[in-house]
Amino acid sequence: MTANQVQGPAIHVQGLEKSYKELEALRGVDFDVAPGSIFALLGSNGAGKTTVVKILSTLLKADAGTASVNGFDVATQSADVRESISLTGQFAAVDEILSGRENLVLVARLRHLKDPGTIADGLLERFALTDAGARRVSTYSGGMRRRLDIAMSLIGNPQVIFLDEPTTGLDPQGRIEVWQAVKELAGHGTTVLLTTQYLDEAEQLADRIAILHEGRIIVNGTLTELKQLLPPAKVEYVEKQPTLEDVFLAIVGGSGQGGSADADSNNDTDK
Amino acid sequence: MTTRFFGDTAVLTGRSLRHITRSLDTIITTAITPIAMMLLFVYVFGGAIVSGSDSYVNYLLPGILIITIASGISYTAFRLFLDMKSGIFERFQSMPIARSSVLWAHVLTSLVANLISVVVVVLVALLMGFRSGAGVLVWLAVAGILILFTLALTWIAVIPGLTAKSADGASAFSYPLIFLPFISSAFVPTDTMPGPVRAFAENQPVTFIVNAIRDLFTQQPVGTDIWIALAWCVGILIVAYTFAMVTYRRWIA
Repeated sequence: MTANQVQGPAIHVQGLEKSYKELEALRGVDFDVAPGSIFALLGSNGAGKTTVVKILSTLLKADAGTASVNGFDVATQSADVRESISLTGQFAAVDEILSGRENLVLVARLRHLKDPGTIADGLLERFALTDAGARRVSTYSGGMRRRLDIAMSLIGNPQVIFLDEPTTGLDPQGRIEVWQAVKELAGHGTTVLLTTQYLDEAEQLADRIAILHEGRIIVNGTLTELKQLLPPAKVEYVEKQPTLEDVFLAIVGGSGQGGSADADSNNDTDK
Repeated sequence: MTTRFFGDTAVLTGRSLRHITRSLDTIITTAITPIAMMLLFVYVFGGAIVSGSDSYVNYLLPGILIITIASGISYTAFRLFLDMKSGIFERFQSMPIARSSVLWAHVLTSLVANLISVVVVVLVALLMGFRSGAGVLVWLAVAGILILFTLALTWIAVIPGLTAKSADGASAFSYPLIFLPFISSAFVPTDTMPGPVRAFAENQPVTFIVNAIRDLFTQQPVGTDIWIALAWCVGILIVAYTFAMVTYRRWIA
């Protein structure tokens, strides 16, 4: 059932083009993503990031070019592609009326897995949602919702996960929680394609970064490689002030570096 | 693939039925307007209406049931719209499931929700003095017509559900459908209406469906009305299903 074929890159995109009527969203996009790595597609709003993700997750057909995921062509082997992937869209795609646990059970059932209840409980535990598991999702904070969203995407251990702007609209706390979850994913050997408009997010998470601008990839490389594109660093002495984010996190009790995943239990109770 | 279709549809139907049991207000609001109309027409206008029937509530109920379904399906469009907007529709479409089961789950849920509303309205009608000597088979025939009618309207509701830009837009399409029974034989006999109105009223589907159900309830011979009613239902069903599928495919492409 599960598609276990990977030779070469986990994601291979070549000459991808897509227009919406007059608007050319993608004008020839090429990139490869190595298995088990985190790849960030960086770009401003309207750069075409979501279009790429939709084509790769078989929700949209490309006008030209080829794309394959886990060795399967997205146009001709879309069913195999869907066996290999999980999509976490731009807005946390969770069922508000169901509880967190019911959401997880639902996805496990749809993936035809045995023992959906155990899978759900395991993921609630892993994403520090056990206490909130029985509550309706409509009572969750933004960060909890996103964590549930990502937890739903992990069910069935897909080889490739797409995260479309996973931290847009989250508070700093929620952002750190999501970063933590994504790092953990890659640690388990999952390939992650992440889109973001936040530079520090790409810097924090990605093994490789590609910048998508007006429908084209204009740069693609590791963080070190990207930094070498600019003139070498000068040494200057600057007093390092704490950023407002540091201050905020220090006051509300989340640790900026480690990012404790259970920090929400004391901060989300105000709902 | 087919076993997967039925399994996935069952799981997803379970999900949206849970939405209904957790927001029973949708069932109540669906039933409350037709019930209010029934009260109004029976106890306020009814005395002055010459329907040619011994009891006006007996005359009125078939049309009220049509209105119940016509207003109930707007919630189907609304629920589908919410799924589209929240992104959970995309999530389901990107999963290894039988893709069309997502739509079928909404359709089956619509059927269940509307049948519950219809039962509530019938119970109120019984309290108001509705009586029929019809046996089980006749009731089953009435249920069959209403199920077919619900399915036809539900597939119409899928179209705005998939394409609407706002929640209001998703449910607004049902207003003309709710209005249609007024220009039919549902409330008053058509023979007092002026020429063009009468011509419309006597040839639009609601009249045939209402007449067929009324004849079944009063145990009159149903004649050709029932076949024309069924033909309308099946016809609307096929056209609406086709358009809904085209809309859905365009969304994927």
